[in-house]
Amino acid sequence: MDWSFIAEYTPLFAESALLTIIIGGIGTLLSMLTGLVCALIKYFRIPVLKHIVTAYTELSRNTPLIVQLFFLYFGLPKAGIVLSSEACGIIGLTFLGGSYMAESFYAALGTVLKGQIDSADSLALNRVQTMRYVVFPQAARAAVSPICANVIFLLKETSVFSAVSLADLMYTAKDLIGMYYNTTEILSMLVVSYLLILLPVSGIFSLLERRINRGRI
Amino acid sequence: MEGYEVIFAGNNFIRLLSGLWVTVRISLISIGISLILGFIMGTAMTGRNPFVKVLCRVYLEAVRIVPQLVWLFIMYFGITRLTGLNLSGEAASVIVFTIWGTAETADLVRSAFGSIPIHQFESGFSLGLSKIQLYIFVILPQALKNLFPNIINLATRMIKTTALISLIGVTEVLKVGKQIIDANRYEAPDAALWVYGVIFLMYFAVCFPLSLLSRRLTERKD
Repeated sequence: MDWSFIAEYTPLFAESALLTIIIGGIGTLLSMLTGLVCALIKYFRIPVLKHIVTAYTELSRNTPLIVQLFFLYFGLPKAGIVLSSEACGIIGLTFLGGSYMAESFYAALGTVLKGQIDSADSLALNRVQTMRYVVFPQAARAAVSPICANVIFLLKETSVFSAVSLADLMYTAKDLIGMYYNTTEILSMLVVSYLLILLPVSGIFSLLERRINRGRI
Repeated sequence: MEGYEVIFAGNNFIRLLSGLWVTVRISLISIGISLILGFIMGTAMTGRNPFVKVLCRVYLEAVRIVPQLVWLFIMYFGITRLTGLNLSGEAASVIVFTIWGTAETADLVRSAFGSIPIHQFESGFSLGLSKIQLYIFVILPQALKNLFPNIINLATRMIKTTALISLIGVTEVLKVGKQIIDANRYEAPDAALWVYGVIFLMYFAVCFPLSLLSRRLTERKD
């Protein structure tokens, strides 16, 4: 292990890790937003829109992110739509993540029993109140675990961004391997960088899940 | 030449299809081996040996926490250099996807066995079934019903993930697509839009039926 090499390139790795976190973070947040909107459209069975959501979900879930990114980054410019690597990364991740988040939110909404909604109705709560005070709080609890799993999945998927020349961790690693051939050092730094990002997130999520599920039967 | 004409010009479409087959073949081989190894590992995880259980758990989490692309890099660039082995991109992919698939299959097998209520075991024993009979006639049929849709889901995930192997130099559908685009750079400058669009739809055509099948099986179970 060449420690001076590691010391020399740690700042570069830190920089690209930051890019991974930023793009991944923005993409994940937008995914949640997209997912929530899609889930609500499905939940309330809004005509026309619900079919669009279904089509989108199927397209997004049944194609790989790298193919989606290639289409955005290399394909769309030929149709006159030029996107930067960063924009492609965020749009691609949101396109992919939105459907996963939608399924999780929708499933969580489905866990709230019909009896709960009927009871709210009999208490003279209107539709908005029913959602606000009865459905959402219970669904939110059910959504935590799958949403956390999705976030980790999406953060891992960001490793594909290098394919559209986004200077993330994979890109830096590949670049350095090509230049110096210090594969052992570079790959170790790559793994450590991903672990430094993913382990804390995964740790926080398990704590969160444990907290949410406390006192639950 | 218009961009969409490139798709069917010469044997381009056949080449794209055979590129797709490369990824599908790698996933099929990997999932085949993963099923066997995963079944063994999953059964071990339901057993009583705490040491084996912890070991399997650590393996599972270690495989899961690192992105698959990183594993591909480690196998293709790292291991080959450390050991002096000369692995082809395809061999490296099969190894990585088998390591990953085994972990995921084992977890599915474990939860499928775990979801069977204890009284099923007790009732079986009280009927005088031997342990082998109990597993063959009572537990496995129920476990498989839970397992099957999840395994198909895993296969879909694997096919999608194998799209990454172009990044370690395997000539699969994305690489073929790029070759076609490059070859027609001057005749059809907008080919990229069509070629990548078609590849997108090709993946969809492979994965969507599998997703549907898995969903059907899940619904029927309920």
